[in-house]
Amino acid sequence: MVQKLETFHETPSQTAGPYVHIGCTPNFIGVEGIYSADLGAADPFPDAGDTITLVGRVIDGTGTPLRDCMVEFWQADGGGRYRPGQGFARRPADAETGEWRLVTVKPGRVPFSDKVMQAPHIAVWIAARGINLGLHTRIYFEDEDNDGDPLLGRIELRHRVPTLVARRDGGVYRHDIVLKGEGETVFLDI
Amino acid sequence: MPDETGTRITRGYTGYPETHAAMGSLYQRDFGQHPLPYSPGYKTTVARSPSLPLLSMPSTITEETGPVFGHEMLADLDNDLTCNFTGRPAIGERIIVHGRVTDQERRPQRGVLIEVWQANAGGRYRHRKDGYLAPLDPDFGGCGRCITDDEGRYEFHTIKPGAYPWPNGTNDWRPAHIHFSIFGTGFGQRLITQMYFEGDPLIPRCPIIATIPDPKVAERLVAPLDMAMAMPMDSLAYRFDIVLRGRRQTTFENRMEGL
Repeated sequence: MVQKLETFHETPSQTAGPYVHIGCTPNFIGVEGIYSADLGAADPFPDAGDTITLVGRVIDGTGTPLRDCMVEFWQADGGGRYRPGQGFARRPADAETGEWRLVTVKPGRVPFSDKVMQAPHIAVWIAARGINLGLHTRIYFEDEDNDGDPLLGRIELRHRVPTLVARRDGGVYRHDIVLKGEGETVFLDI
Repeated sequence: MPDETGTRITRGYTGYPETHAAMGSLYQRDFGQHPLPYSPGYKTTVARSPSLPLLSMPSTITEETGPVFGHEMLADLDNDLTCNFTGRPAIGERIIVHGRVTDQERRPQRGVLIEVWQANAGGRYRHRKDGYLAPLDPDFGGCGRCITDDEGRYEFHTIKPGAYPWPNGTNDWRPAHIHFSIFGTGFGQRLITQMYFEGDPLIPRCPIIATIPDPKVAERLVAPLDMAMAMPMDSLAYRFDIVLRGRRQTTFENRMEGL
Protein backbone atom coordinates (compact mmCIF):
# COMPACT_ATOMS: atom_id res chain seq x y z
CA MET A 1 0.00 0.00 0.00
CA VAL A 2 1.01 3.57 -0.55
CA GLN A 3 -0.29 6.87 0.74
CA LYS A 4 -3.24 8.28 -1.16
CA LEU A 5 -2.65 11.38 -3.27
CA GLU A 6 -5.26 13.88 -2.20
CA THR A 7 -5.11 16.15 -5.19
CA PHE A 8 -8.54 17.35 -6.25
CA HIS A 9 -9.82 17.33 -9.80
CA GLU A 10 -10.48 20.64 -11.52
CA THR A 11 -14.17 21.52 -11.83
CA PRO A 12 -15.39 20.37 -15.24
CA SER A 13 -15.98 23.06 -17.84
CA GLN A 14 -19.27 23.63 -19.66
CA THR A 15 -20.04 25.79 -22.66
CA ALA A 16 -20.65 29.50 -22.09
CA GLY A 17 -23.81 29.11 -24.18
CA PRO A 18 -25.54 31.64 -26.42
CA TYR A 19 -26.26 34.10 -23.62
CA VAL A 20 -22.73 34.61 -22.30
CA HIS A 21 -23.26 38.35 -22.75
CA ILE A 22 -25.84 38.50 -19.96
CA GLY A 23 -23.19 37.48 -17.46
CA CYS A 24 -20.02 38.90 -18.95
CA THR A 25 -20.96 41.94 -21.06
CA PRO A 26 -24.54 42.81 -20.03
CA ASN A 27 -24.38 46.47 -21.05
CA PHE A 28 -23.30 45.42 -24.56
CA ILE A 29 -26.65 43.69 -25.09
CA GLY A 30 -28.74 46.28 -23.32
CA VAL A 31 -29.04 44.72 -19.87
CA GLU A 32 -28.21 48.04 -18.26
CA GLY A 33 -28.28 49.35 -14.75
CA ILE A 34 -26.71 46.40 -12.95
CA TYR A 35 -23.01 47.12 -13.61
CA SER A 36 -21.86 50.65 -14.37
CA ALA A 37 -19.59 49.30 -17.10
CA ASP A 38 -18.83 45.92 -18.62
CA LEU A 39 -15.75 44.21 -17.21
CA GLY A 40 -12.76 44.56 -19.52
CA ALA A 41 -14.53 46.98 -21.85
CA ALA A 42 -11.82 49.63 -21.48
CA ASP A 43 -8.50 49.47 -23.29
CA PRO A 44 -6.00 47.23 -21.44
CA PHE A 45 -3.66 50.19 -20.90
CA PRO A 46 -5.98 53.19 -20.99
CA ASP A 47 -3.29 55.76 -20.29
CA ALA A 48 -0.83 54.54 -22.89
CA GLY A 49 0.14 56.97 -25.61
CA ASP A 50 1.63 54.70 -28.24
CA THR A 51 -1.09 52.24 -29.13
CA ILE A 52 -1.71 49.62 -31.75
CA THR A 53 -5.05 48.36 -33.04
CA LEU A 54 -5.81 44.68 -33.44
CA VAL A 55 -8.84 43.58 -35.43
CA GLY A 56 -10.04 40.04 -35.88
CA ARG A 57 -12.79 37.49 -36.02
CA VAL A 58 -13.31 33.94 -34.77
CA ILE A 59 -14.32 31.69 -37.66
CA ASP A 60 -15.92 28.25 -37.48
CA GLY A 61 -15.29 25.14 -39.55
CA THR A 62 -17.73 26.26 -42.26
CA GLY A 63 -15.98 29.62 -42.72
CA THR A 64 -18.65 31.52 -40.81
CA PRO A 65 -17.61 34.18 -38.29
CA LEU A 66 -18.91 33.61 -34.75
CA ARG A 67 -21.21 36.48 -33.83
CA ASP A 68 -21.94 35.25 -30.33
CA CYS A 69 -18.47 34.59 -28.92
CA MET A 70 -16.53 36.35 -26.20
CA VAL A 71 -12.79 36.88 -26.56
CA GLU A 72 -10.51 37.76 -23.64
CA PHE A 73 -6.99 39.16 -23.82
CA TRP A 74 -4.15 39.21 -21.29
CA GLN A 75 -0.81 40.81 -21.98
CA ALA A 76 2.29 42.44 -20.53
CA ASP A 77 2.93 46.15 -20.83
CA GLY A 78 5.33 47.66 -23.32
CA GLY A 79 8.22 46.99 -20.95
CA GLY A 80 7.45 43.29 -20.69
CA ARG A 81 5.87 43.35 -17.25
CA TYR A 82 2.57 41.87 -16.18
CA ARG A 83 0.53 44.37 -14.18
CA PRO A 84 -2.26 43.14 -11.93
CA GLY A 85 -4.60 46.06 -12.63
CA GLN A 86 -3.90 46.46 -16.33
CA GLY A 87 -3.42 44.36 -19.41
CA PHE A 88 -6.77 42.59 -19.46
CA ALA A 89 -9.60 43.12 -21.93
CA ARG A 90 -12.80 41.35 -22.88
CA ARG A 91 -14.50 41.81 -26.24
CA PRO A 92 -17.83 40.43 -27.45
CA ALA A 93 -17.86 39.75 -31.18
CA ASP A 94 -19.89 42.25 -33.19
CA ALA A 95 -23.44 40.93 -33.48
CA GLU A 96 -23.48 41.55 -37.27
CA THR A 97 -19.92 41.05 -38.52
CA GLY A 98 -18.37 38.96 -35.76
CA GLU A 99 -15.45 41.37 -35.60
CA TRP A 100 -13.67 42.38 -32.42
CA ARG A 101 -11.26 45.30 -32.03
CA LEU A 102 -8.60 45.90 -29.42
CA VAL A 103 -6.67 49.14 -28.94
CA THR A 104 -3.67 48.39 -26.76
CA VAL A 105 0.10 48.69 -26.46
CA LYS A 106 2.39 46.24 -28.12
CA PRO A 107 3.61 44.02 -25.28
CA GLY A 108 7.31 43.73 -24.54
CA ARG A 109 9.24 40.51 -24.32
CA VAL A 110 8.61 38.50 -21.17
CA PRO A 111 10.88 35.87 -19.65
CA PHE A 112 10.50 32.15 -20.13
CA SER A 113 13.57 31.16 -18.14
CA ASP A 114 16.62 33.14 -17.12
CA LYS A 115 18.20 32.41 -20.49
CA VAL A 116 15.24 32.47 -22.83
CA MET A 117 12.80 35.26 -23.57
CA GLN A 118 9.40 34.96 -25.21
CA ALA A 119 8.62 37.03 -28.28
CA PRO A 120 5.97 39.73 -27.75
CA HIS A 121 2.55 38.13 -27.55
CA ILE A 122 -0.98 38.53 -26.24
CA ALA A 123 -2.74 35.59 -24.60
CA VAL A 124 -6.25 34.98 -25.92
CA TRP A 125 -9.10 32.95 -24.46
CA ILE A 126 -12.30 32.21 -26.37
CA ALA A 127 -15.66 31.18 -24.94
CA ALA A 128 -18.86 30.62 -26.92
CA ARG A 129 -21.85 28.41 -27.56
CA GLY A 130 -20.52 25.14 -28.96
CA ILE A 131 -17.12 25.52 -27.26
CA ASN A 132 -17.21 23.10 -24.33
CA LEU A 133 -13.86 24.12 -22.87
CA GLY A 134 -12.57 27.66 -23.36
CA LEU A 135 -9.82 27.82 -25.99
CA HIS A 136 -6.40 29.29 -25.23
CA THR A 137 -4.29 30.68 -28.03
CA ARG A 138 -1.83 33.55 -28.56
CA ILE A 139 -1.29 36.47 -30.90
CA TYR A 140 2.28 37.26 -31.99
CA PHE A 141 3.29 40.02 -34.43
CA GLU A 142 4.74 39.62 -37.91
CA ASP A 143 7.02 42.64 -37.54
CA GLU A 144 8.74 41.29 -34.43
CA ASP A 145 11.61 38.83 -34.23
CA ASN A 146 9.77 35.64 -33.35
CA ASP A 147 12.75 33.32 -33.83
CA GLY A 148 13.67 31.58 -30.63
CA ASP A 149 10.24 31.93 -29.04
CA PRO A 150 9.83 28.75 -26.98
CA LEU A 151 6.15 28.28 -27.78
CA LEU A 152 6.37 28.94 -31.52
CA GLY A 153 9.43 26.69 -31.60
CA ARG A 154 7.35 23.79 -30.36
CA ILE A 155 4.96 23.83 -33.30
CA GLU A 156 5.89 20.74 -35.25
CA LEU A 157 3.98 21.58 -38.43
CA ARG A 158 5.83 24.76 -39.29
CA HIS A 159 3.22 25.91 -41.81
CA ARG A 160 0.86 26.37 -38.85
CA VAL A 161 3.07 28.98 -37.14
CA PRO A 162 1.47 31.90 -39.05
CA THR A 163 -1.91 31.03 -37.48
CA LEU A 164 -0.54 32.65 -34.31
CA VAL A 165 0.95 35.73 -35.98
CA ALA A 166 -1.01 38.94 -36.63
CA ARG A 167 -0.43 40.59 -40.02
CA ARG A 168 -0.03 44.30 -40.61
CA ASP A 169 -2.90 45.59 -42.70
CA GLY A 170 -2.62 49.32 -43.22
CA GLY A 171 -2.79 50.95 -39.82
CA VAL A 172 -3.98 47.91 -37.93
CA TYR A 173 -2.96 44.36 -37.16
CA ARG A 174 -5.41 41.79 -38.46
CA HIS A 175 -5.79 38.38 -36.89
CA ASP A 176 -8.56 35.90 -37.61
CA ILE A 177 -8.79 32.82 -35.38
CA VAL A 178 -9.98 29.69 -37.18
CA LEU A 179 -11.57 27.09 -34.94
CA LYS A 180 -11.49 24.22 -37.40
CA GLY A 181 -10.45 23.11 -40.85
CA GLU A 182 -8.24 24.88 -43.39
CA GLY A 183 -5.91 27.30 -41.64
CA GLU A 184 -6.96 26.01 -38.21
CA THR A 185 -5.37 28.12 -35.49
CA VAL A 186 -3.00 26.47 -33.04
CA PHE A 187 -4.77 26.18 -29.68
CA LEU A 188 -2.91 25.57 -26.46
CA ASP A 189 -2.84 23.13 -23.59
CA ILE A 190 -0.68 25.32 -21.39
CA MET B 1 15.50 33.08 -5.46
CA PRO B 2 18.60 34.31 -7.35
CA ASP B 3 18.43 34.22 -11.12
CA GLU B 4 22.02 33.06 -11.54
CA THR B 5 21.17 29.58 -10.29
CA GLY B 6 19.31 28.86 -13.48
CA THR B 7 15.89 28.93 -11.90
CA ARG B 8 12.66 30.49 -12.92
CA ILE B 9 12.63 34.18 -13.43
CA THR B 10 10.26 35.98 -11.11
CA ARG B 11 10.82 39.59 -12.05
CA GLY B 12 7.70 39.73 -14.18
CA TYR B 13 5.61 39.31 -11.06
CA THR B 14 6.55 42.73 -9.69
CA GLY B 15 3.55 44.63 -8.46
CA TYR B 16 1.37 41.67 -7.59
CA PRO B 17 -0.18 41.49 -4.14
CA GLU B 18 1.33 39.10 -1.67
CA THR B 19 -1.39 36.52 -2.34
CA HIS B 20 -0.16 36.24 -5.86
CA ALA B 21 3.54 36.20 -5.02
CA ALA B 22 4.11 32.45 -4.82
CA MET B 23 3.22 31.77 -8.38
CA GLY B 24 4.34 28.35 -9.45
CA SER B 25 3.65 26.74 -12.77
CA LEU B 26 0.14 25.41 -13.28
CA TYR B 27 -0.73 21.75 -13.02
CA GLN B 28 -1.27 20.15 -16.36
CA ARG B 29 -4.91 20.00 -17.24
CA ASP B 30 -6.58 16.58 -16.94
CA PHE B 31 -8.83 16.53 -20.00
CA GLY B 32 -10.59 13.46 -18.60
CA GLN B 33 -12.27 15.87 -16.19
CA HIS B 34 -13.76 17.97 -18.96
CA PRO B 35 -16.27 17.66 -21.79
CA LEU B 36 -15.10 16.50 -25.18
CA PRO B 37 -14.76 19.45 -27.59
CA TYR B 38 -16.32 17.48 -30.45
CA SER B 39 -19.65 16.17 -29.13
CA PRO B 40 -22.13 15.56 -31.98
CA GLY B 41 -25.01 15.17 -29.52
CA TYR B 42 -24.58 18.92 -28.93
CA LYS B 43 -24.72 19.95 -32.57
CA THR B 44 -23.06 23.37 -32.33
CA THR B 45 -19.80 21.74 -31.23
CA VAL B 46 -19.35 20.06 -34.60
CA ALA B 47 -18.22 23.17 -36.48
CA ARG B 48 -16.68 24.89 -33.45
CA SER B 49 -14.30 22.23 -32.12
CA PRO B 50 -10.67 22.11 -33.29
CA SER B 51 -9.83 18.99 -35.27
CA LEU B 52 -6.08 19.13 -34.67
CA PRO B 53 -4.40 18.41 -31.32
CA LEU B 54 -3.74 21.20 -28.85
CA LEU B 55 -0.11 22.29 -28.49
CA SER B 56 0.94 21.17 -25.01
CA MET B 57 3.63 22.87 -23.00
CA PRO B 58 4.26 23.94 -19.41
CA SER B 59 2.69 27.22 -18.37
CA THR B 60 4.76 30.39 -18.61
CA ILE B 61 4.58 33.70 -16.82
CA THR B 62 1.81 34.66 -19.25
CA GLU B 63 -0.55 31.96 -17.98
CA GLU B 64 0.65 32.10 -14.38
CA THR B 65 -0.28 35.77 -14.01
CA GLY B 66 -3.68 37.27 -14.58
CA PRO B 67 -5.84 40.28 -13.92
CA VAL B 68 -6.61 41.11 -10.29
CA PHE B 69 -10.07 42.39 -9.39
CA GLY B 70 -10.71 44.27 -6.17
CA HIS B 71 -13.81 44.46 -4.02
CA GLU B 72 -14.03 48.17 -4.81
CA MET B 73 -15.38 47.32 -8.26
CA LEU B 74 -18.46 45.70 -6.73
CA ALA B 75 -21.74 47.43 -5.94
CA ASP B 76 -23.78 46.39 -2.91
CA LEU B 77 -26.34 44.39 -4.85
CA ASP B 78 -24.00 42.80 -7.38
CA ASN B 79 -24.42 39.39 -5.75
CA ASP B 80 -28.19 39.68 -5.22
CA LEU B 81 -30.00 38.80 -8.43
CA THR B 82 -33.35 38.89 -6.64
CA CYS B 83 -33.29 42.70 -6.67
CA ASN B 84 -30.23 44.05 -8.53
CA PHE B 85 -32.11 44.94 -11.71
CA THR B 86 -34.90 47.32 -10.72
CA GLY B 87 -34.76 47.19 -6.94
CA ARG B 88 -38.12 45.39 -6.91
CA PRO B 89 -38.10 41.66 -6.10
CA ALA B 90 -37.90 39.16 -8.94
CA ILE B 91 -40.52 36.42 -9.24
CA GLY B 92 -39.43 32.92 -8.32
CA GLU B 93 -38.23 30.54 -5.66
CA ARG B 94 -35.72 32.43 -3.55
CA ILE B 95 -32.41 30.61 -3.16
CA ILE B 96 -28.89 31.14 -1.88
CA VAL B 97 -26.05 29.68 -3.93
CA HIS B 98 -22.79 29.53 -2.04
CA GLY B 99 -19.56 27.58 -1.86
CA ARG B 100 -15.80 27.69 -1.74
CA VAL B 101 -13.23 28.12 -4.45
CA THR B 102 -10.06 26.10 -3.87
CA ASP B 103 -7.26 24.87 -6.06
CA GLN B 104 -6.46 21.21 -6.62
CA GLU B 105 -4.50 21.13 -3.35
CA ARG B 106 -7.53 22.43 -1.44
CA ARG B 107 -5.89 25.78 -0.93
CA PRO B 108 -8.59 28.47 -0.63
CA GLN B 109 -8.54 30.88 -3.55
CA ARG B 110 -9.15 34.40 -2.32
CA GLY B 111 -9.91 37.35 -4.56
CA VAL B 112 -11.46 35.19 -7.24
CA LEU B 113 -14.01 37.03 -9.39
CA ILE B 114 -17.12 34.94 -10.05
CA GLU B 115 -19.70 36.14 -12.57
CA VAL B 116 -23.03 34.30 -12.89
CA TRP B 117 -25.92 34.49 -15.34
CA GLN B 118 -29.16 32.58 -15.65
CA ALA B 119 -32.70 32.40 -17.01
CA ASN B 120 -35.63 33.71 -14.98
CA ALA B 121 -38.04 31.49 -13.04
CA GLY B 122 -39.93 30.72 -16.25
CA GLY B 123 -36.82 29.68 -18.16
CA ARG B 124 -36.47 32.87 -20.22
CA TYR B 125 -33.25 34.85 -20.69
CA ARG B 126 -33.15 38.61 -21.01
CA HIS B 127 -31.48 38.41 -24.43
CA ARG B 128 -32.60 39.47 -27.90
CA LYS B 129 -31.89 35.98 -29.20
CA ASP B 130 -34.15 34.19 -26.72
CA GLY B 131 -37.63 33.86 -28.21
CA TYR B 132 -39.05 31.31 -25.77
CA LEU B 133 -42.72 31.95 -25.04
CA ALA B 134 -42.24 32.15 -21.28
CA PRO B 135 -42.47 35.82 -20.29
CA LEU B 136 -39.69 38.11 -19.21
CA ASP B 137 -39.84 39.16 -15.58
CA PRO B 138 -39.57 42.96 -15.64
CA ASP B 139 -37.68 42.81 -12.35
CA PHE B 140 -35.12 40.16 -13.23
CA GLY B 141 -31.94 41.03 -15.14
CA GLY B 142 -30.16 37.71 -14.82
CA CYS B 143 -26.55 38.48 -13.88
CA GLY B 144 -24.52 38.92 -10.74
CA ARG B 145 -20.95 38.81 -9.51
CA CYS B 146 -18.86 38.61 -6.37
CA ILE B 147 -15.27 38.14 -5.22
CA THR B 148 -14.23 35.35 -2.86
CA ASP B 149 -13.18 36.19 0.69
CA ASP B 150 -9.97 35.15 2.44
CA GLU B 151 -11.26 31.59 2.80
CA GLY B 152 -12.31 31.34 -0.81
CA ARG B 153 -16.02 31.62 -0.01
CA TYR B 154 -18.66 33.22 -2.19
CA GLU B 155 -22.43 33.68 -1.92
CA PHE B 156 -25.22 34.73 -4.28
CA HIS B 157 -28.88 35.39 -3.63
CA THR B 158 -31.09 34.65 -6.59
CA ILE B 159 -34.22 32.88 -7.78
CA LYS B 160 -34.18 29.32 -9.04
CA PRO B 161 -34.03 29.40 -12.85
CA GLY B 162 -36.59 27.48 -14.87
CA ALA B 163 -35.93 24.70 -17.35
CA TYR B 164 -36.33 25.64 -21.01
CA PRO B 165 -36.39 24.07 -24.47
CA TRP B 166 -33.60 24.73 -26.96
CA PRO B 167 -33.07 23.99 -30.64
CA ASN B 168 -30.80 20.96 -30.83
CA GLY B 169 -32.85 17.79 -31.00
CA THR B 170 -36.56 18.30 -31.63
CA ASN B 171 -37.42 18.14 -27.93
CA ASP B 172 -34.29 18.95 -25.94
CA TRP B 173 -34.68 20.80 -22.64
CA ARG B 174 -31.99 22.30 -20.46
CA PRO B 175 -32.15 21.38 -16.79
CA ALA B 176 -32.28 24.37 -14.47
CA HIS B 177 -28.77 25.80 -14.32
CA ILE B 178 -26.66 28.81 -13.43
CA HIS B 179 -23.67 29.77 -15.59
CA PHE B 180 -20.42 30.53 -13.72
CA SER B 181 -17.39 32.41 -15.05
CA ILE B 182 -14.35 32.21 -12.77
CA PHE B 183 -11.02 34.06 -12.77
CA GLY B 184 -8.25 32.41 -10.78
CA THR B 185 -4.96 34.13 -10.08
CA GLY B 186 -3.54 32.98 -13.42
CA PHE B 187 -5.03 33.43 -16.88
CA GLY B 188 -4.40 29.73 -17.46
CA GLN B 189 -6.93 28.92 -14.73
CA ARG B 190 -9.74 30.68 -16.55
CA LEU B 191 -12.93 28.63 -16.39
CA ILE B 192 -16.57 28.85 -17.45
CA THR B 193 -19.00 26.18 -16.29
CA GLN B 194 -22.60 25.56 -15.28
CA MET B 195 -24.12 24.55 -11.96
CA TYR B 196 -27.10 22.19 -11.84
CA PHE B 197 -29.58 21.43 -9.06
CA GLU B 198 -29.84 18.20 -7.09
CA GLY B 199 -32.73 15.97 -8.13
CA ASP B 200 -33.45 17.56 -11.53
CA PRO B 201 -34.78 14.78 -13.83
CA LEU B 202 -33.53 16.66 -16.90
CA ILE B 203 -29.88 16.23 -15.88
CA PRO B 204 -29.45 12.71 -17.33
CA ARG B 205 -31.31 13.81 -20.48
CA CYS B 206 -29.20 16.90 -21.23
CA PRO B 207 -27.00 16.76 -24.36
CA ILE B 208 -24.74 19.50 -22.99
CA ILE B 209 -24.05 17.68 -19.73
CA ALA B 210 -23.53 14.52 -21.80
CA THR B 211 -20.54 16.16 -23.48
CA ILE B 212 -18.76 15.04 -20.30
CA PRO B 213 -18.28 11.34 -21.07
CA ASP B 214 -18.06 10.15 -17.45
CA PRO B 215 -21.32 10.72 -15.50
CA LYS B 216 -19.29 10.59 -12.27
CA VAL B 217 -17.37 13.63 -13.45
CA ALA B 218 -20.57 15.42 -14.48
CA GLU B 219 -22.02 14.85 -11.01
CA ARG B 220 -19.48 17.35 -9.70
CA LEU B 221 -21.53 20.07 -11.37
CA VAL B 222 -24.67 19.19 -9.42
CA ALA B 223 -25.17 21.30 -6.30
CA PRO B 224 -26.83 19.63 -3.32
CA LEU B 225 -29.60 21.25 -1.32
CA ASP B 226 -27.93 22.70 1.78
CA MET B 227 -30.48 23.13 4.55
CA ALA B 228 -27.78 24.30 6.97
CA MET B 229 -27.44 27.48 4.91
CA ALA B 230 -31.13 27.86 4.10
CA MET B 231 -32.70 30.90 5.78
CA PRO B 232 -35.95 30.06 7.57
CA MET B 233 -39.01 31.74 6.02
CA ASP B 234 -36.74 33.29 3.37
CA SER B 235 -34.55 31.18 1.06
CA LEU B 236 -33.46 27.63 0.34
CA ALA B 237 -29.73 27.12 -0.24
CA TYR B 238 -27.56 25.11 -2.60
CA ARG B 239 -23.83 24.57 -2.23
CA PHE B 240 -21.49 24.59 -5.20
CA ASP B 241 -17.76 24.22 -4.57
CA ILE B 242 -15.33 25.04 -7.35
CA VAL B 243 -11.83 23.68 -7.94
CA LEU B 244 -9.36 25.59 -10.11
CA ARG B 245 -6.12 24.26 -11.59
CA GLY B 246 -3.41 23.86 -8.97
CA ARG B 247 0.08 25.31 -8.91
CA ARG B 248 3.40 23.72 -8.15
CA GLN B 249 4.54 24.91 -4.75
CA THR B 250 8.20 24.04 -4.93
CA THR B 251 10.52 26.90 -4.21
CA PHE B 252 13.11 25.48 -6.56
CA GLU B 253 11.91 24.97 -10.07
CA ASN B 254 14.47 24.37 -12.77
CA ARG B 255 13.72 24.90 -16.37
CA MET B 256 16.18 23.26 -18.69
CA GLU B 257 18.04 25.43 -21.11
CA GLY B 258 16.45 25.59 -24.53
CA LEU B 259 13.02 24.60 -23.30
